[in-house]
Amino acid sequence: MDTSLDGNAAAGALGDLFSFDVTMAVSTCASCGDGRPVAELRAYMDAPGLVLRCASCGAAQLRLVRSGDRAWLDLRGMQVLEVHGATSAA
Amino acid sequence: MPVVSRGFRGRRRQPGAGLVPPGQYLVDDFPVLSAGPTPDVALKDWDLTVVDESGAVAARWDWGEFRELPAEEVTVDIHCVTKWSKLGTRWQGVSVDTILGGIDTAAEFAVAFSDGGYTTNLPLADVLDGQAWVAYRFEDEDLEPEHGGPARLLVPHLYFWKSAKWVRGLRLTSEDEPGFWESVGYHNYGDPWREQRYWGD
Amino acid sequence: MRWLVATIAETVPETIRTVTLRLDVPDWPSHRAGQHVDVRLTAEDGYSAQRSYSIASPPGSERLELTVERIDDGEVSPYLTTEADVGDQFELRGPIGGWFVWDGTDTAPVLLVGGGSGVVPLRAILRHHAASGSTAAMHLVYSARTLADVIYRRELDALAGPWRALTLTLTRESAPDWAGHRGRVDAGLLAEVAWPPSVGPHCYVCGPTAFVEAVADALVGLGHEPGRIRTERFGPTGG
Repeated sequence: MDTSLDGNAAAGALGDLFSFDVTMAVSTCASCGDGRPVAELRAYMDAPGLVLRCASCGAAQLRLVRSGDRAWLDLRGMQVLEVHGATSAA
Repeated sequence: MPVVSRGFRGRRRQPGAGLVPPGQYLVDDFPVLSAGPTPDVALKDWDLTVVDESGAVAARWDWGEFRELPAEEVTVDIHCVTKWSKLGTRWQGVSVDTILGGIDTAAEFAVAFSDGGYTTNLPLADVLDGQAWVAYRFEDEDLEPEHGGPARLLVPHLYFWKSAKWVRGLRLTSEDEPGFWESVGYHNYGDPWREQRYWGD
Repeated sequence: MRWLVATIAETVPETIRTVTLRLDVPDWPSHRAGQHVDVRLTAEDGYSAQRSYSIASPPGSERLELTVERIDDGEVSPYLTTEADVGDQFELRGPIGGWFVWDGTDTAPVLLVGGGSGVVPLRAILRHHAASGSTAAMHLVYSARTLADVIYRRELDALAGPWRALTLTLTRESAPDWAGHRGRVDAGLLAEVAWPPSVGPHCYVCGPTAFVEAVADALVGLGHEPGRIRTERFGPTGG
């Protein structure tokens, strides 16, 4: 049984950390090279933290743990994240 | 304090009194928390391996061999870092003392590894001396897949993320290697009585 | 994204298990059809629970609407559907999600497939389509257990027209005079009522996880381009 949701469901939780909608960014899986919008990753929201997994190979691309005002974010499972439309500071 | 919603009480949880660690609630059900899909492994393909610190396979059992190992029935309290606790849960499994008995090692740490890639690290001393089991039955039934079946690690004196579901082995290591959650904010040791939930606690 | 205070202005029973809450949310920024909000309830002792709900109202509507289905052993939905009353408050944050949205800027045909409460964001999309005068062809295929379980039934009938079609299929209706489709949304039904892949429709599929996976698989099996299929899984119980 798979309890995963679409990455889109994690947009609220991730919205606290990113100044842009990260679910619309395209990630490349560091394990298998699959590239797709973060919204299409498999989101496991019930865990002790949030895990987004590659929809192709299942590797964990993003892990987020929160405690009060501390958050830990591991993106080692993403080789690169391509963002469109994030406004530059200049 | 956020806006209070009149009349909302939530799933009523009773704060434990003396029998549960600080910050925990007792629950009647058995919540399922998963960081990934439930693995689907056929028993004929299952094995349990011990890898020593040199990387060599020091011991291996297939399912049939594993089920022939001496097993114990234990009743323990379990505590999840997400704040629920269950008291008096009954399990049947093989003591890790049995699994590691006869293995020559100078390693001080162990990493439990599971189907699906999950890992968790522990001091070797914390899985010996009757503190840990590889459990395959819960409350008189075969352990269900969503709760870690066919077999999971059971280390009740630490937060339950250390009791790796779908365990496939223990890797003995000379250095401590933070596992899946320990490397992204969860406490490296995880003692519920000292509320060691996160880094820095 | 900060938490805003929502005050219930009106509660509208939709079916025996679903209620629409019409909310006043000061400082609500505008939203896009298909987005969702996170709702947070806090008890007097500080205990809180959080759930996500699709926005049922289209952009520009007077009040923000959420349609909540009561899950019997749920923690939040029983409160929202049976206890919460006009004047009660809770927190919400949003709008959330840029993926499962339809803005109407593309004129390609749109296939909406909803199971149970999965129809909620699709209704927002349909109402937005109507309010914006879009002439993109839009077809909702909606699966419910019985006629009494169809959410927004009269409204969906009223929305049907030259550019908005509705196909209803019931999985457990026993009344013999139901002349519409019976059974699940499967490849057979989709092949019969939806556009062929050559048309290249945008597909939005929403509902319980098992429903979404079966429908998405069926669409891909029929030849629809996976990249044109957007899904919103509500989880095992359907949200």
